[in-house]
Amino acid sequence: MESVIELSGLGVRFGSRDILKDLRVSLSGRSIGLLGPNGAGKSTLIQALLGFCPLSSGTASIFGNDIRRQQKTIRATVGYMPENDSFIANLTAVSFIRMMAELSGLPKDAALERAHEALFYVGLGEARYRTLGTYSLGMKQLAKLAQAIVHGPKLLILDEPTNGLDPPARIRMIKLIGEMRHSGNMRIVLCSHLLRDVEETCEEVLIMKQGRIVHYSNLEEERKANKRFVELETRGDAEGFADAMTALGCECASAGFGRFKMVCPEGFDLKEIYRHAAMKELQLRRLNYRRDTLEDIFLKAMES
Amino acid sequence: MAVYKRTYKGYEGGLTPGWSRFLILPRYSYARLFQSKVLLMFLAVCAIYPIGATLFLYIAHNLSFLEALNIPAWRFVDINEKFFVYFCNFQSTMAFLLTAIVGPSLVSPDVTNNAMPLYLCRPFSRTEYVLGRMAVLMNLLAWITWIPGLILFCLQWNMGGWAWAKNHLWIASALFIGLFTWSVILSLIALAVSAWVRWKIAAGGLILGIFFAGAGFGAAINAVMRTHNGSMIDIAQMMSTAWGQLFHYDSGNGISAAQAWSALAVVSALSLWLLSKKVRAFEVVK
Repeated sequence: MESVIELSGLGVRFGSRDILKDLRVSLSGRSIGLLGPNGAGKSTLIQALLGFCPLSSGTASIFGNDIRRQQKTIRATVGYMPENDSFIANLTAVSFIRMMAELSGLPKDAALERAHEALFYVGLGEARYRTLGTYSLGMKQLAKLAQAIVHGPKLLILDEPTNGLDPPARIRMIKLIGEMRHSGNMRIVLCSHLLRDVEETCEEVLIMKQGRIVHYSNLEEERKANKRFVELETRGDAEGFADAMTALGCECASAGFGRFKMVCPEGFDLKEIYRHAAMKELQLRRLNYRRDTLEDIFLKAMES
Repeated sequence: MAVYKRTYKGYEGGLTPGWSRFLILPRYSYARLFQSKVLLMFLAVCAIYPIGATLFLYIAHNLSFLEALNIPAWRFVDINEKFFVYFCNFQSTMAFLLTAIVGPSLVSPDVTNNAMPLYLCRPFSRTEYVLGRMAVLMNLLAWITWIPGLILFCLQWNMGGWAWAKNHLWIASALFIGLFTWSVILSLIALAVSAWVRWKIAAGGLILGIFFAGAGFGAAINAVMRTHNGSMIDIAQMMSTAWGQLFHYDSGNGISAAQAWSALAVVSALSLWLLSKKVRAFEVVK
């Protein structure tokens, strides 16, 4: 699969402080999540990729274009939705989006047409002749999304797209991101500290902490791997059950009151659990494959 | 696209050439600026002197018209460099006032609304942004300074004949260089102030203040230190000295033309440096 972003020892320093340190990874997913606590360096990484801040070491490439040497080529293929309020207050939404499209290289007429389309697409069609200064926070977020997609970028970078949105607006934003991902026309990088947003929209996750990459995972593969984690709730005399499971190669821990948590070995047949429970006349009231949520993955990464 | 087909699609069409994109900014700026009646009225006022000068030229070349009005012809001076210096002085003052009106709204809305990342995340550089914003002011200033100046010169050429034009061709270049330089200085100062002072009224006041305070401090330094070096912080005097060299007259400011040009270059460089500090997509908070 074509590499979307490749970081090769990327470092960014502001003054004497290293903000990003020796980042090395190759990302090729359709939607990539950048996760990390506040101050982890997610936004700085995005700014470095867009050529906004100077690199102190290493380099990176987007679709094979080096960010040090081919900035204009990269910027022509990227759509960026910044984290903070960014707009021109006294312009109407349609003028604003049209101007942004023209600055991306679209001819006047095409820019106007695409501006209308983008505003309808994000759900601001009815409010497109209002000045941006009169928009609510949620509408401004949507306008920012519209300006990021108006020129049809190959890569869409979204920095905290659900910031300040109420639950219905957040759901709508996540739905839009999902639709764009499925359209097949663009790759998405979503930077957020909200795990739920990333979990709902991304295939690959890069977790950052203090300017370093602490974990990289393909969420789908991670979830499959977690199917070996089983939770049991039993009734009856459970004495010796944990030992029997351990003898079968499982890592089994009692959580009290007849509850067990088990990590099964590769190729383990779950029928063995039922067989041993039957032998001990133990009632199995509940058996769950416990899926590690992104929160678990994130917390593990933070602890590492 | 029909409204009901609200699906995302990419863009496959052609693109405009990269060099021309800085001209997009002036187009949108003018659409906003020309909504202001004050600006339109001011531009009309700026046309009064060039129109008057055109009439003066016409009358000076039609003495029979003066005789019909019983006005002695000696009241009308020869059309020489002095005529154009007066034009420069008047129109440069109008240019200065126009800069104070238009300048503050050029960069400050983008800085205030954090719009810089939106411009600069596209194939559009900081240099192109500054060029685009500068073009807004330079174009307006051109229409009240060197363009009417050169039109006056051409009219005089037409009425005075080839002989006059051959002897005074240097005036045309002096007009263009002098007024174009003044426009560049005004534009750069206005952009720098607009980038740093977010409140438009304060920015307008500061643009006026830079010139008046500079003139005041310059005069004070000259008086107290008994020197002429105070004129080096008076932008109007520096420009006047530069014009003196271009139009072959002594400005009487006591500083040399080389000093004036150097000081103007320093002012321009300082303005560009100030702009470079603000026209960027991110700000490091210390």
